Amino acid sequence: MKSVYLDNNATTPVDPRVLDAMLPYFRENFGNAASRNHRFGWVAEEAVDKAREQVAKVINASSKEIIWTSGSTEGNNTAILGVARMYADKGKHIITCRIEHKAVIDPCKFLESQGYEVTWLDPDPTGRVSIDQVKQSMRDDTILVSLMFANNEVGTIHPIPEIGALCKARDVIFHTDATQAFGKVPIDVEAMGIDLLSMSAHKIYGPKGVGALYVRRKKPRVRLQPIIHGGGHERGMRSGTLNVPGIVGCGAAAEVALDDMPTESVRIAGLRDRLWAGLSEHLTEISRNGNPQHCLPNTLNVSFLYVEGESLMMGFSDIAVSSGSACTSASLEPSYVLKGLGLGDDLAHSSIRFSLGRFTTKEEVDYTIKEVVKAVNHLRNMSPLYEMAQEGIDLSKVVWAHH
Amino acid sequence: MAYSDKVVDHYQNPRNVGSMDAGLKNVGTGIVGAPECGDVMKLQIKVDENDRIVDAKFKTFGCGSAIASSSLATEWVKGRTLDEAMQLKNTEIVTELALPPVKIHCSVLAEDAVRAAIADVKKKKAQTQPAAAAAGAKG
Repeated sequence: MKSVYLDNNATTPVDPRVLDAMLPYFRENFGNAASRNHRFGWVAEEAVDKAREQVAKVINASSKEIIWTSGSTEGNNTAILGVARMYADKGKHIITCRIEHKAVIDPCKFLESQGYEVTWLDPDPTGRVSIDQVKQSMRDDTILVSLMFANNEVGTIHPIPEIGALCKARDVIFHTDATQAFGKVPIDVEAMGIDLLSMSAHKIYGPKGVGALYVRRKKPRVRLQPIIHGGGHERGMRSGTLNVPGIVGCGAAAEVALDDMPTESVRIAGLRDRLWAGLSEHLTEISRNGNPQHCLPNTLNVSFLYVEGESLMMGFSDIAVSSGSACTSASLEPSYVLKGLGLGDDLAHSSIRFSLGRFTTKEEVDYTIKEVVKAVNHLRNMSPLYEMAQEGIDLSKVVWAHH
Repeated sequence: MAYSDKVVDHYQNPRNVGSMDAGLKNVGTGIVGAPECGDVMKLQIKVDENDRIVDAKFKTFGCGSAIASSSLATEWVKGRTLDEAMQLKNTEIVTELALPPVKIHCSVLAEDAVRAAIADVKKKKAQTQPAAAAAGAKG
């Protein structure tokens, strides 16, 4: 079997249809979309407008509400910093969650250093926050709630429509980082009361380096201070020459994702469930992290007790996945998301995230089950923790010799 | 970060995986690290009457570099006396396995595990000697 890629939440390959759509804009149609006075510019502008429509359609927005960015990190920064600065006179309180992506956490931390107050909600052990938590944190000076649509590590989906309705009722702007959810599950910014939404093309079989930020224009009209100045592009919200080929790719990717969603989400959830069933059938002492009822269809995060994540990945090195283990991070800290769910360090170190994709096949899933089971058994045979557990020792009572 | 061939080799063909009876008087057991840190190594040595290590076994919970470091450590201490084994430096493990800076702590833990096993068997010897003398006196 050639190498298997199950790390689609990290990034995805560019779909051939998307690449085909992009190529002319590197070659003959290379114009700057802001060149108003000649055909080169008009062709580029037309392509960009089409891409706006394609992205807007996925979330039931108007194309006028789509701003092009370099990706979700920029979109999150623009939304959070932009709203915080614009509405500072109204208030300086922001509500978000501890297990957001760093692209939300870090701008919020930065705002804290600038005199803003941030309430960091703790999710339940499955990764969800409750409406009551959000409600109880709201104050008269709250100006923004930022909660991701779906979590990148465990796939858990928050109660977004309820949060949106609450924010509408309390006149608080609601931003959602939809990087992992866009094109995978239905999103309707109108029905769900979403005011700002970030997405990235490279998570939906589009190119890296481009994404979009949805900014609501009606009820309410959301305004934000730009973080990039220089020319006033994108209605003054994001200056800079547009990445036309990237944008074309982003639009094409969005359209394919929307068209495929009804059948693809069912297919991929089936494969994900097949993977979990296969692992559970052949291995004891494994646990699933996240919320099976409210989960992205492609994401499966599993802890394999008594074996460590990086060594496990080395055991099936032709299968690409990722782990919450400290050993896989440069900082040697285990995943803060898994810690935020209340997982002990030992379970965080033993976790593997499988994120399936458009090109994942049943054969690959079956091969993965076989290889993972083999690697887990090989490592448990080498594991002092497994040995102690088999002997009936309660590991939580052991006094370890830390170094 | 790609794994070095030697690290992969120790993972696929680990040397000396297993356990000895920790209750035996000539077996020293060292358990170092903690699950919270993502690294736990159990290293055991069996010595003969001349304090020479005749067998060594390990079990490790940790990344590939941790497994390789402890596996290598068991290979190196076999055949050495306790005093010689005390000379094992983590830097030798780093060089042999080509460990990157972020994995150096794995080699330190392996060195700690060896020392803990040596300390354990030395402690047991110190305890049995007075008993042997008493038994000799009685018998």
